Amino acid sequence: MASQNRPLSPHLQIYKPQITSFLSITHRMTGLFLAFGAVLLASWVISATYGPEAFENAQSLLGSWFGKLILLGLTFSLYFHLANGIRHLGWDFGLGFDLTKVQATGIAVLIFAVVLTVLTWFAGYAIVGGY
Amino acid sequence: MDMRTPLGRVRGLGSTNDGVKHWWMQRLTGMALIPLTLWFVYSAVQMSEASHAEFTVWVGTQGNPVLLILLIICMFHHGQLGLQVVVEDYIPSESTKMTLLIAIKFAAIVFGTSAVFAVLRLTVGSS
Repeated sequence: MASQNRPLSPHLQIYKPQITSFLSITHRMTGLFLAFGAVLLASWVISATYGPEAFENAQSLLGSWFGKLILLGLTFSLYFHLANGIRHLGWDFGLGFDLTKVQATGIAVLIFAVVLTVLTWFAGYAIVGGY
Repeated sequence: MDMRTPLGRVRGLGSTNDGVKHWWMQRLTGMALIPLTLWFVYSAVQMSEASHAEFTVWVGTQGNPVLLILLIICMFHHGQLGLQVVVEDYIPSESTKMTLLIAIKFAAIVFGTSAVFAVLRLTVGSS
């Protein structure tokens, strides 16, 4: 059995923040948040089987300012996780491993996620018509 | 005397006991989720103000129920694989780790099955 008192690595308190490590942990955190989003998506669909009243409740909950804040976070998380996931698939093929490329694709992923999030919400308000 | 080979002794002692399949299924579901989630975002935007009747019509339209079910399956499968890695990485206690892993796998199956069943109830034989 492994000893419980061994030092942990990397030592976060002395670890210099870098775009690579920042995006790596962001990939995990967006993944965790998206798992919550999966439960939310499931609940949304399930609510419709309980009839119109339950579904309208779910809709107004998601449409409240707090619901929209969660959905905005989920939109960004999805685009980030999706783009960074493609970055990971590239690495699986052995592509883009040198440091300059890793940093460039990392910044591209961030820009992609922010731009697509803004576009999606802009399109959403334009198509559906917000308040 | 131990008659087993060194390879036989170490097999199954890794963190997941099942590394290659885990890795491969994570890639497969991840690739499937690229078009599925983009389709869902596009649909969800249009459903953001939908009534129950409009939503039910949308769920039953053409390929939508199949895409929804595929999305639900891939999403929960991918999600529980990812959560498993996070738990294995950050939870050193063997008993806590096992408890969390069992809870995650059960929750993914329960939510996923319930959601798929919901899609079927909203489409199959509904009038």
